[in-house]
Amino acid sequence: MRSANDATDQPVLELTDVRKAYGDFEAVRGVSFAVSRGECFGLLGPNGAGKTTTIRMIYGFSPRCAGEIRLFGQDIATAFRRVKARLGVCQQGNTLDPDLSVLENLLVFAGYFGIPRAEAKARAEELLAFFALEGKKRFQYEELSGGMARRLMLARAIVNRPELLILDEPTTGLDPQSRNTLWDRLLDLKRQGMTILLTTHAMEEAERFCDRLCIIDHGRVVTEGDPAGLVAAHAGRHALEVESPEPAMAEHLAAAGARFDRSGRRLIVYGDDKAALLALRERFCAESGFLRPATLEDVFLRATGRELRE
Amino acid sequence: MTTDPRFTWLFWTVWRRNLFVYRRIWTINFLPPMLEPVFYLLAFGLGFSGLVREVHWNGQTLSYTEFFAPSMLAATVMWQAFLETSYASFVRMFYQKTYDALLATPLTVEEIIIAEIVWGATRAVIAAVLMLTVIALLGYVPSLHALAILPIAFLGGLAFGAMGMATTSVTSSIDMFNLPIFLVITPMFLFSGTFFPLTGLPAWASGMAQGLPLYHLAELTRSACLGLLDASSLWHMLALAACAAIFIPLSLAGMRRRLVK
Repeated sequence: MRSANDATDQPVLELTDVRKAYGDFEAVRGVSFAVSRGECFGLLGPNGAGKTTTIRMIYGFSPRCAGEIRLFGQDIATAFRRVKARLGVCQQGNTLDPDLSVLENLLVFAGYFGIPRAEAKARAEELLAFFALEGKKRFQYEELSGGMARRLMLARAIVNRPELLILDEPTTGLDPQSRNTLWDRLLDLKRQGMTILLTTHAMEEAERFCDRLCIIDHGRVVTEGDPAGLVAAHAGRHALEVESPEPAMAEHLAAAGARFDRSGRRLIVYGDDKAALLALRERFCAESGFLRPATLEDVFLRATGRELRE
Repeated sequence: MTTDPRFTWLFWTVWRRNLFVYRRIWTINFLPPMLEPVFYLLAFGLGFSGLVREVHWNGQTLSYTEFFAPSMLAATVMWQAFLETSYASFVRMFYQKTYDALLATPLTVEEIIIAEIVWGATRAVIAAVLMLTVIALLGYVPSLHALAILPIAFLGGLAFGAMGMATTSVTSSIDMFNLPIFLVITPMFLFSGTFFPLTGLPAWASGMAQGLPLYHLAELTRSACLGLLDASSLWHMLALAACAAIFIPLSLAGMRRRLVK
């Protein structure tokens, strides 16, 4: 059910200066970004930055206070039914139906989209196979491990064959095996051309998985771009990390105008020039300093600060 | 661009989900409405009939059990619908996060809440039919008017289901439901012309009792069982419809406030 103005070059999702306030507290203060068809877009930020609030406004759970949100060229505020039929949402907490078995969870959920029974059954079987849950279809809710529950959440989110899949921290709290399985499945979906919007704290995974991402903090977009570009622009190619450096080092770096951060007792110097960083290590911290490639985590911490968020 | 409708037939899918879960444990769900009348009628028939020889109601002279048996139908409708949209809906909303999941589909708050209330009414109808069958087998339903119990139970179920849902919309913890149950539902159960006719009461008390929805429901179930449905029954129907018409919008407004953040 696509509308006539749904051109292929049009962004799947477009936010323009979106705001949300709860009483006096402004959770989202003017967020703008766009996601193109087939793209995987990451929304990164510390806890309380406004990620989940933003996502909830996108899928129509929370009404926005100001700005514009267009999905498939339509406004979620008026075309909520048409838009939500084309969305898949995997919420942060477990919202599986505990009164239903694994298979029933998929069938009943498909029903909410008005998908006919026979079609729902075919899709459910297909999804159970895809998410390695075939042997578990009669399992009751309490028999599911954390990893299985999350896979089922994801399977349920795509039972309506969405054009945009929204994932709110899909891997939080999972063990490494479950996490890897989940990323593999997400990668499969991405290769099949699914457009994905996700929030995550898993920097390494975001770096590998997202085509583009934006970091938001205090309800605003701090920076946006592709992972490699962001690392190059905000950190550089290399990082020199030192545990408890002598005070002279920081003084030297400040005087030289170097790019560096402090995090507790640690000091991190960024740069593209490997030789210069090695020389620095030789001079101040031959033992305790180590050189490593700069990562998205460096960008994240540089952009949002290193202090603890609570 | 046109705005999508807030309410469509998609609400049946939520109703269907509840029916599906109910059917799975139908043995447990079916037992109380079938056993309750047997216990009550035994207790009142054996133990009470010596104390109360006859009851005068609406110009009729009835045995106590004849008077009381239809009251149980009304009370069951009230309990089934109210408990479903209070405790059970609260569990789905608060603990199971079912509504959160539903709101990520094309369903709206309005559809979810109406489906829950209609489901509460459906449960009430199922229980009433089971109980009616038992009461009829025991010989307390001499009239075919009793078939009207189906729409009556549904209407009553909507009224009490809406009352339960309105309560849920303002309840912060599950223990809080004790309060409306102890202060509203239980007194209503006792004072709605269910255990004794209102005619014996002082005018002020009988006047107050006539403001209770269960009074109107009990009058209807008794008239239906005894084959005495007439024009005055329409007034009782209207009273129940008015109750639903007040509490359904209250539930919707309360739930919108609660769920849409």
